[in-house]
Amino acid sequence: MSVRTRQMPLPGLEEEISEWRTEYAGQLGEGARIENRSGIEIKPLYTPLDWSEAAYSRDLGVPGRAPFTRGIYATMHRGRTWSQRQLIGLGTPEDYNRRVKALLEAGASAISLIPCNSVFRGNDCDETPLPLLGTCGSVVNTLEHMDTALQEVPVGRISTAMNDPSPFTLFAFLLGVAKRRGIPWQRITGTANQSDYISHFVANHMFFRLSLPGSRRVLLDHIEFCRARVPGWNPVSVVGQHMQQAGATPAEAMGFTLSTALQYAHDALARGMDPDTLLPRFTFFFDISISVFEEVAKFRAGRRIWARLAKERLGAKDPRSWRFKFHGQTSGVDLTQQQPLNNIARVTTQAIAGILSGLQSLHTDSYDEVIAVPSEGPARIAVATQNILREEAHLCDVIDPLGGSYYVEALTNQMEQRIEAVIAAMDAEGGMYKAVESGLVQKMIGKSARAHQEKIESGMEKVVGVNCYQSEDDAVQPEPYRPDAEAMRRHVEAFKRFKQARSQEAVARSLAALARAANSARENVFERIVEAAEAGVTHGEMVACLRKELGEGRPRIAV
Amino acid sequence: MGEVPERVLITKIGLDGHDRGSRIVASFLRDAGMEVIYTPPWQTIDAVVTMALQEDVDVIGVSSLATDHLIVPDLMQALREGGLEHIQVIVGGIIPESEHALLNRAGVKGIFGPGALREEIVARIRALAMDARALRDRA
Repeated sequence: MSVRTRQMPLPGLEEEISEWRTEYAGQLGEGARIENRSGIEIKPLYTPLDWSEAAYSRDLGVPGRAPFTRGIYATMHRGRTWSQRQLIGLGTPEDYNRRVKALLEAGASAISLIPCNSVFRGNDCDETPLPLLGTCGSVVNTLEHMDTALQEVPVGRISTAMNDPSPFTLFAFLLGVAKRRGIPWQRITGTANQSDYISHFVANHMFFRLSLPGSRRVLLDHIEFCRARVPGWNPVSVVGQHMQQAGATPAEAMGFTLSTALQYAHDALARGMDPDTLLPRFTFFFDISISVFEEVAKFRAGRRIWARLAKERLGAKDPRSWRFKFHGQTSGVDLTQQQPLNNIARVTTQAIAGILSGLQSLHTDSYDEVIAVPSEGPARIAVATQNILREEAHLCDVIDPLGGSYYVEALTNQMEQRIEAVIAAMDAEGGMYKAVESGLVQKMIGKSARAHQEKIESGMEKVVGVNCYQSEDDAVQPEPYRPDAEAMRRHVEAFKRFKQARSQEAVARSLAALARAANSARENVFERIVEAAEAGVTHGEMVACLRKELGEGRPRIAV
Repeated sequence: MGEVPERVLITKIGLDGHDRGSRIVASFLRDAGMEVIYTPPWQTIDAVVTMALQEDVDVIGVSSLATDHLIVPDLMQALREGGLEHIQVIVGGIIPESEHALLNRAGVKGIFGPGALREEIVARIRALAMDARALRDRA
């Protein structure tokens, strides 16, 4: 029997490394300085001088245990691979239903619903220019529409994410559909994907409907309602994706997101909720850029920091509350309209980074997503990309396969420091809510967006087909998806008829109750939304009511 | 040009709120010495026409990343009806090739996709602003 003990660093190692450095410099000189997107200088070689196993227990531990650097579950992708959750949204509810069924057949294991931009703006289809309807998502304005969209979709058995900003009307429609089909709400699982109003305020303004204080109120009501009535639903998804898409560096995006999660948790705790009831249903949603190792380090550091914050700052005692569950979406910002088929390679690379980071759920972009909503063929390739990576590439054989790499561990530590600096800056501003109110976050994101653009323009950051390997014939540009204009016109007409035929009295009563709840701290606004949905009140009517009572959302935009 | 800086309105009409591109372009144009009037997204066509008139702009740049370009022909019509046909309109963002003709037919004077160079955009706006002023002075 032998027990190996190693002195770190190894005897003679420093000398050996110094010899290598001399040889390297002899051939390359100083060489070009390489920096990752978060501004960390990347060296040509990492050794035990950068990270040593002496820190193993403190930094890494084992999967399923704090600090969760190596993964949040003991079994990770050996036990269960990620959910294949493609974002889906197009045309009429009938169009959506056809696409969902096709993708489920192709291997998707969870679904999501992206509504039309008119829905994001809080409008119904009868108040929107016809050419814009259904081009970027599905036109779902009522419980009836949701029922059609989910025909033959096994609600209650399949996880169903709703891209549904405050006040969560789509989720209310979903609950109405479940009730109609006799499915108990306890069986409904999925995520309120766009519940993060702070990220909407700073980065994805189109989802921002209610004033900041109004959004804050409705989110807390929504969380309370879900914890009591729909326990399998994740009412909070804290979104770093919007900020990274808007230009935040990966470290900034993680820092802002964790600060936002702290804000929501503190707000909920202030209402008397218990951290160990609240936090196990927190989920996160991130961009996965093509900067592979940086992304892996970002996610590993994020897991570690969240475990610490949940425990130390939020007082959670149950280890399930410390788990950083995240959905990843391959980053659209890295995709190019030039030579669009190249995007398949980019998405594959991004997805590999996400899988190696131990994600729980993944959306892979379609190569034509740079042009328009995915067409069915490209959407099937995106699903197949996940199937190939899961079934053929042996990426799931080993948990946290990059763990223990000197580079990845050193980078994880450095990213952790950067992320913590961002969190400290938000703390200094009085928390994330105040930091977005003051415009600090918007300015930081704008600055990083511009810096990235300048790196592309100067050629420091290479983009194939854009600033190198350009080609005159940009291969075939895919035809953009556009909904059938005639079908959309009929959809709007049917909607108008629906509005005339419903009980106007029930509608008026529901809207009055909603307005009353908005003005009473003792009532739950979301409960009234659910009731209004069942009474045939439309999405646009509910949003208009709350905008009147709680203030309209006016994002703060800094140029 | 020179003495009088070009006046450019950078805006987004329709439903989409993705403004990373429009903010970057606005800041580049400002650096190039132009007077940039920047609006939040979701402008109505009427609001854009009113603003263009009040601010006496030479060029309107519409950013479209999510199909809002499909209503740019309505904007062109509204400009004509408002007696502002001298104002030159360009569109930037994601405009599928198959829909370029729609915009060109409506009188759009430039379409800039991803990868368009900053100098190219600046030069085109300079030239268009000169056209706009010549047309306005002739009217």
